[in-house]
Amino acid sequence: MMKTEELIAMLASGAEAAEPHALQRRYVTALGWGAFGTTLLMAILLGVRPDLAEATRLPMFWAKLAFPAALLAGALFAVLRLSRPGARLAYAPAAIAAPVLAMWLLAAIVLLGAAPGERGELILGISAASCPFTIALLSVPLFIAALWAMKGLAPTRLALAGAFAGLLAGAGGALIYALHCPEMAAPFLGLWYVLGMSIPAAVGAAIGPSVLRW
Amino acid sequence: MSASEDRLKDLLVRGLAGDTSAYHAFLKELSAHLRAFLRGRLSRLPDEVEDLVQETLLAVHNQRHTYDAGQPLTAWIHAIARYKLIDLLRRRAGREAMNDPIDDELAVFASSDTEADDARRDVAKLLERLPDRQRLPIIHMKLQGLSVIEAARMTGMSEAAVKVGVHRGLKALAAMIRGE
Repeated sequence: MMKTEELIAMLASGAEAAEPHALQRRYVTALGWGAFGTTLLMAILLGVRPDLAEATRLPMFWAKLAFPAALLAGALFAVLRLSRPGARLAYAPAAIAAPVLAMWLLAAIVLLGAAPGERGELILGISAASCPFTIALLSVPLFIAALWAMKGLAPTRLALAGAFAGLLAGAGGALIYALHCPEMAAPFLGLWYVLGMSIPAAVGAAIGPSVLRW
Repeated sequence: MSASEDRLKDLLVRGLAGDTSAYHAFLKELSAHLRAFLRGRLSRLPDEVEDLVQETLLAVHNQRHTYDAGQPLTAWIHAIARYKLIDLLRRRAGREAMNDPIDDELAVFASSDTEADDARRDVAKLLERLPDRQRLPIIHMKLQGLSVIEAARMTGMSEAAVKVGVHRGLKALAAMIRGE
């Protein structure tokens, strides 16, 4: 029968120094592979838009990249926090809400300034039916990588941790997809991109409690 | 910040830097706090307390790389203890067994209890179920106190494999405890 004292002696015996920045290093490795996977998937399935060079001259192209990039940064911050027991989320929810609200505000301005007959096209574009699912599909490698990294750490709020891991992957997927997708209207991005990023986030919230258990 | 928090944090930080005697002292003192904390919150399941103390200590050890010295130790330990307590109650499908609030972080170091009951689950028996590549490194390094080099020579494994075996073996032990 192993007594608690004996267990303690066993755990402490020869315990080596903990690797410094183990948490950050784990995410660098995982997300590096995940981003590679997502980029590869995009290269195989879709490729970049043919007019990419011209598009980079438009401010909206950069806004379209900045939007998922900002969400990616906010979700990464939340994911790092949620991987440590007892760490607070602090400004993470606000950092995630801000770009979404900004995009919605821009969408509202665009819609209000458009003729009534043009509004449908601003919202639906030409790819509304496929956009959210493509983003979700592209997020899969990053999603698996983020869950793997998190599982080896110590999340204690599993549904929330899963949701933010999903959002991180979704934002990464959207960022890569933005290099293919020809849509440039804020109403489109505010609806279909947000929906696409929400799919892995919702899946993460659902599977977090079983997948992330430690 | 309480005196316990300061002292324990100092011991843990030294332990994380490779000072095994400080780490041993940390775990020992922590176990008394955990026991008092969990006894207070599992008063309807007194037989489970020592098992949960052991499970939580193993979790603290396996997840020790997630501690950030800039963070209050109370918050880190409380979150782990609370997580393992809720996990146990879910396993038993009886959250009603919990009759005291568990959200007060400071309560985790508020008292200590060195009177250990016998654990019901024998970690030594679980250890026997591990595959050789994990079991042997743990026996040689963690129970007999041999160095990595000696353990590698005894088992015919590489030094890297011995280290990985210890690490994965302790994780596998935690997985067995939670019933996976």
